[in-house]
Amino acid sequence: MSTHSSRLAARIMVAPSVVLLFIWMAVPLAMTLYYSFRLYRLLSPDRTGWVGFNNYLWFFNSPEFWLALWNTLALVGGVLVVTVVLGILIALLIDQPVKGQGLLRILVIAPFFVMPPVAASIWENLFMHPQNGLFAALARGFGAQPILFLENHPMLSVIGIVSWEWLPFATLILLTSLQSLSSEQLEAAEMDGASAFNRLRHIILPHMTRAITVVILIQTIFLLGIFGEIFTTTQGGPGSASTTLPYMIFKQAIAAKDIGRAAAGGIIAVILANIVAYFLMRGIGRHLDA
Amino acid sequence: MKISHRALLGATVSLTLAGAAMAETTITVATVNNGDMIRMQGLMDDFNAKHPDITVEWVTLEENVLRQNVTTDIATGGGQYDVLTIGTYEVPIWGKQGWLTSLNDLPAEYDVDDLLPAIRGGLTVDGNLYAAPFYGESSMVMYRTDLMEAAGLTMPEAPTWADIEKAAAAMTNKDAGIYGVCLRGKAGWGENMAFLTAMSNSFGARWFDENWNPQFDQPEWKATLDFYLNLMNNYGPPGASNNGFNENLTLFNQGKCGMWIDATVAASFVTGKDSTVADKVGFALAPDNGLGKRGNWLWAWSLAIPSSSDAPDAAKTFINWATSKGYLELVASKEGWANVPPGTRTSLYENPEYQKVPFAKMTLDSINAADPTNPTVKPVPYVGVQFVAIPEFQGLGTTVGEIFSAALAGQKTADEALAEAQTAVADEMKAAGYIQ
Amino acid sequence: MARAVSPRRRMFTTIAAWSVALIIFFPVLWMILTSFKTEASAVASPPELFSADWTVENYVEVWSRSDYPRFFWNSVVISLGSTLLGLAIAIPAAWAMAFVPGRRTKDLLMWMLSTKMMPAVAVMIPLYLLFLRLGLIDTRIGLVLALMLMNLPIIVWMLYTYFKEIPGEILEAARMDGASLPKEILYVLTPIALPGIASTLLLNVILAWNEAFWTIVLTTTKAAPLSAFIASFSAPQGLFYAKLSAASTLAIAPILILGWFSQKQLVRGLTFGAVK
Repeated sequence: MSTHSSRLAARIMVAPSVVLLFIWMAVPLAMTLYYSFRLYRLLSPDRTGWVGFNNYLWFFNSPEFWLALWNTLALVGGVLVVTVVLGILIALLIDQPVKGQGLLRILVIAPFFVMPPVAASIWENLFMHPQNGLFAALARGFGAQPILFLENHPMLSVIGIVSWEWLPFATLILLTSLQSLSSEQLEAAEMDGASAFNRLRHIILPHMTRAITVVILIQTIFLLGIFGEIFTTTQGGPGSASTTLPYMIFKQAIAAKDIGRAAAGGIIAVILANIVAYFLMRGIGRHLDA
Repeated sequence: MKISHRALLGATVSLTLAGAAMAETTITVATVNNGDMIRMQGLMDDFNAKHPDITVEWVTLEENVLRQNVTTDIATGGGQYDVLTIGTYEVPIWGKQGWLTSLNDLPAEYDVDDLLPAIRGGLTVDGNLYAAPFYGESSMVMYRTDLMEAAGLTMPEAPTWADIEKAAAAMTNKDAGIYGVCLRGKAGWGENMAFLTAMSNSFGARWFDENWNPQFDQPEWKATLDFYLNLMNNYGPPGASNNGFNENLTLFNQGKCGMWIDATVAASFVTGKDSTVADKVGFALAPDNGLGKRGNWLWAWSLAIPSSSDAPDAAKTFINWATSKGYLELVASKEGWANVPPGTRTSLYENPEYQKVPFAKMTLDSINAADPTNPTVKPVPYVGVQFVAIPEFQGLGTTVGEIFSAALAGQKTADEALAEAQTAVADEMKAAGYIQ
Repeated sequence: MARAVSPRRRMFTTIAAWSVALIIFFPVLWMILTSFKTEASAVASPPELFSADWTVENYVEVWSRSDYPRFFWNSVVISLGSTLLGLAIAIPAAWAMAFVPGRRTKDLLMWMLSTKMMPAVAVMIPLYLLFLRLGLIDTRIGLVLALMLMNLPIIVWMLYTYFKEIPGEILEAARMDGASLPKEILYVLTPIALPGIASTLLLNVILAWNEAFWTIVLTTTKAAPLSAFIASFSAPQGLFYAKLSAASTLAIAPILILGWFSQKQLVRGLTFGAVK
């Protein structure tokens, strides 16, 4: 099938996607790289010039940079752990023959259809609010002090909200994978007296490896850039307790209007993303026999 | 006959064409989603009837998103908007950059001398009026008359901070879910820093000395922050570090705050239909410490025309309508005097009808008590009561706001917070070339 | 996995599964309920459920305050337009990668995915300036292009995994019959891969519909979709929980309904090649 002419045809057919994506990536990246070495503040247009690595140094010297870096990784890691573990359990559960399966699955995937700003505002106002939230009402009902989610546990709260948004995605992919598992194999194992745990460990999980890899890969890409949920709920605070790298960049771009620094932060974020991608591919890439 | 018929036809056609050409002037107005602006959108029939040749398109956004989009647009010469809703912070900076069109040539019936002097001064750069105030506000104390009475206290018309603390202590009843005082704690240059900067003025503090050296290491700021933290930790609602204007308004309306020191525009909401305590609210001037400055701010949401607008004349026509005396009368006739956008015109406060509105006098007194060109006890090189009108302030205010918000959340002591703020601001001011 | 299970176990799993589903769905349900309460009832303590004052007043006010149909239509055009355009560009690419794989195919896919790793906030000003120069600010076509490019890697990848499942012999048979390449793709490949294409379409319409950064940064009035509609409602003068909930419900309702109707397609279709 790989004749010379079909190879040529293939190249031509891949070309539009590659060229478009290349432009889409390269032009902003080049502009960002350029600005990252410039003094460029939106509100002080007369002060411009080359500043060398100053914008980068500002990030590395900022007291919140390392915390932001850690928070970024904690957010990605935390959400991945929650969504994959819960996703597997829920997929196993709703794969069982239960009454009203169709409606049940609709309910489970519903959070995926909720816009991130809406999701964040539901959680912040209707649930986590220390006076008017449902959690506070529950706590008072039990005679306890309401938990100050966004003040005392900002990162955990954000991880919780984002996990809720992404749980349906993980569940869907894992469920699809589970459905392709032949029941004969499982039944045979059951006959042989394999316990439920052993069946999970030796048959089901290995079968789902590739699906789990896909979930981790796609979610990581989206999670590395998350900031909308933080903007709506904690605004990176209190202090910088829930500031992530994208949020730190956002503050430079929007609050300080310092495009040079925001650009340097963007380049740092790209480097971080590549490091994460490298370890990701080394760790789980072999499961993706693309 | 035939000829004249054709001539008539021709005239009709050209008239129609002219009409079409006139109707094609469309202006895009970017505005903030607060009640007064929303109300104006409901009253557009009046404008359309008077100016059928101008079509107005609205972009209504939440304050932060609006500011972000509008700033990006104007700084990059985007030209998306013909009328911008901006505040007293932006106007001096943008006017100086040459980004705004001067409004000095508004028609005589606009009566520019009728604008309140404090407000007009904040919108004028080098003799040029760069924005027309839509509504003006200061800040004041709103308190629960019933709770004060139950505590056997009376609120002075011009309280001191000691009065506030005493009242807060007396009204707090945590078991009943009532907190003596609700203040802004949410980080942001327009949230907690607006309040704290204005408050610090009454403690004799200032952001910078005459040579732009940051002053957070001075005792006045220490006194400000200590007092604030002490007040909030003892008598404030839990989770206050996430409370901004909106959150506090909701709490006050639910009857959970004894006092709330915030924007004068809130007066019409806490006495409005969404408030459960509407008939139990009293007003007082923002507190002081007897140093000659009160802890109230000055702000005006104003309409301005970017230089990049391609329809400045239509934009001017619109601004003239929206900020005129006639507009105030229009709102009054449709929705009552209490709903008129306040704080812009002297004539409004001389109107006997408006003087019946319970918070009218206190609003005017508060506005007059603030002086953006001379905001502090000690001399300063900047303009602005609750902000410093330099381009760097949004970034600085955000950073310091976060640090103080963390202190309120109990993550830092006041001393740690002030030391951090001092270092952060000094670094930025060096980077920006103000100090060596 | 239609195995025979005991009625007791079936009951147990039914209860467990429904409990989990209701917990996950509860925030959405609570938002919808809140949207039908009066403001006072929405923040009542303890929370009111059966004793609440029910009203549709919030919807009336939200509807009258802004031009919902316009935002809605923009959302439809932008999310559907960007996905369809993306499919048109991605189908040939996925075909080529699946049936004429080279040594670098996997690297190419990973590179495509990596273009999504640039944080949007970092390139905001550069992209804004770019769009400004090209006259694409506040145009639907501009947003269609931006969201298409943002989701293109996902589209290519999903299609690629579906196409790979298709035995090459089917295509070769078609070629023997003298079908040209475009015809082969259009008449042979596409029908076989239709369920996969449908899933891809669904997922990307959802992703585009929910995008809430570029859609706000790059629009003002004419092209503003429902994300901007929400941005105009959050926190105007006090947290009006009920009105905010009503606006939020209106913003997510169309995609929620679409998702519900296509639930089967989504459950079966999101394989990403994960099914062997």
